[in-house]
Amino acid sequence: MHNFRQARVAWLYLLPSLLVLLVAGVLPIVFVGFYSLHDTFGGNVFVWVGAQWFSEVLRSVEFYQALLRSLGFSLLVLSVQIPLGIAVALRMPGPGMLTTVYIVLLAIPLLTPTIVVGYLWKVMIQPGSGLLYESLSAVGITLDMTSVVWTWAVLLLMDTWHWTGLVVLLCYARLRTIPDPFYQAAAIDGASRWAVFRYIQLPRLKLVLAIAVLLRFMDSFTLYTEPYVITRGGPGVSTTFLSHELVQTGLIQFDLGQAGAMAVIYFLIVLLVSACFYRLIVPAGKSRSNG
Amino acid sequence: MTRRFAVTPAVFVILVMIPIYWLVTISLQGRGGLSGKLVLFPAHPTLQNFTFIMSDPDWYLGYVNALVYVTINVIISMLVAVPAAYAFSRYRFAGRRGLFFGLLMLRMMVPAILLVPFVQIFSAVNLIDTHIAVAIAHCFFTVPLAIWILEGFISEVPREVDESAAIDGYGVISFFRYFLLPQIATGIAVAAFFCFMFSWVEFLLSNALTTIYAKPFGGIMTRAGSVMSANIPLLAAAGVLGLIPGVLLAIVVRHHLARGFSLGRVA
Repeated sequence: MHNFRQARVAWLYLLPSLLVLLVAGVLPIVFVGFYSLHDTFGGNVFVWVGAQWFSEVLRSVEFYQALLRSLGFSLLVLSVQIPLGIAVALRMPGPGMLTTVYIVLLAIPLLTPTIVVGYLWKVMIQPGSGLLYESLSAVGITLDMTSVVWTWAVLLLMDTWHWTGLVVLLCYARLRTIPDPFYQAAAIDGASRWAVFRYIQLPRLKLVLAIAVLLRFMDSFTLYTEPYVITRGGPGVSTTFLSHELVQTGLIQFDLGQAGAMAVIYFLIVLLVSACFYRLIVPAGKSRSNG
Repeated sequence: MTRRFAVTPAVFVILVMIPIYWLVTISLQGRGGLSGKLVLFPAHPTLQNFTFIMSDPDWYLGYVNALVYVTINVIISMLVAVPAAYAFSRYRFAGRRGLFFGLLMLRMMVPAILLVPFVQIFSAVNLIDTHIAVAIAHCFFTVPLAIWILEGFISEVPREVDESAAIDGYGVISFFRYFLLPQIATGIAVAAFFCFMFSWVEFLLSNALTTIYAKPFGGIMTRAGSVMSANIPLLAAAGVLGLIPGVLLAIVVRHHLARGFSLGRVA
């Protein structure tokens, strides 16, 4: 009886947030599901078409290519930013003025509007006046934005500049919670730098790394604004990622059914990856609530 | 973590700051100041780009619009997230864990997926090109984040505070007002900072849901940047102005930023 009353009070507290999330979250997803199963004439008459859009999307070469490009970009992003972020976080000085300054400065790219990031890097690669272009040509390298490899390298560098600070700050925040006696004990045992990392720091970082990988995966997998500004998806379609393809189909061609089916597939991929990480996060969460 | 000064973070921070520094130098150049060569120190720095933006309503209203919807978003997010975080922290109910982690998954949602339905939903209720539409759309991401952060902070307030307030006969509202909120003021500042961070930097939804009256500066920058002879120093100045609110807020909450990045959890 007591539990039942408790639960009722809890849901009462949750109600406002659930109402907001119903409008801002559940409703749009239901809409997407509806589009994906219907054909439309002029956007107000809808006809049930079943799985037709899905089979069309799943047979479209463009979709798979965009998907592969997005996945490839995310993997590159993770393999660069996560190790780099950990490396910097491990070497951050202890709490103090300097660290506070570092934290604020590292947060600046995270607080930069994505559209500004896009324009900044677009100007960075201008021949003649761009900082990146000119720095490279000073050492005899020509930045060629008609080359697919260079374009990807620039986007990767841009994203690394933009987001590695997040990995650093997440890891640093967690590392700070390791009590000093752990390090003292390790020093007495004569543990190597690697052993300290492997057996003291890494276990503590597990949860936060799962979150960092998840956030970085999702945000890079859904990258839209920066490639839109810097490359317009080119050269050719080499940087047309999934979000770009989706916005093109949905808003520019106004092909709601196909965009809806694409969005549902996209959503399922996101859900699948989240579920994998959920399994990583939950055990860590259990041990945390005990200790 | 043990040494007082280390080279790696210093080098990393400097590398991160170089493009920002360069953006500022461009913004201090006159029109056509970027005539085909790299400038690291502007010879004749001028604030004319900034005064231009500040005197042209087309431009400065872009910042006002963004500030308005970000503020609405932060207020809504806090109003609904504080009670929700309180429920997650204090009550054990069926579906609690699933719901809590489900919230994190909402944060993972792809803005591009939501674009078309949001446009349709807000058109249907005549809210396209209003600040409230953008604010509500951003709630999708900010409310879960705020709940996550605030739950950590509320869990650190001892339950005895709740109990003694109840024994002294305080109602729910006055308990929040006089007991809980003062205790979690830092948490609210940090959560609000993260909501701000998402809403201020977001471009895709805020640009697509607005046309004229609620257009954020990002949309105005795209318009100004898409012409052939785009005024790069002016765009750079617009970018610098887009940075300022975030930097100011980061400085204000600097001592609690690290805490915020651990999603409110200390241990």
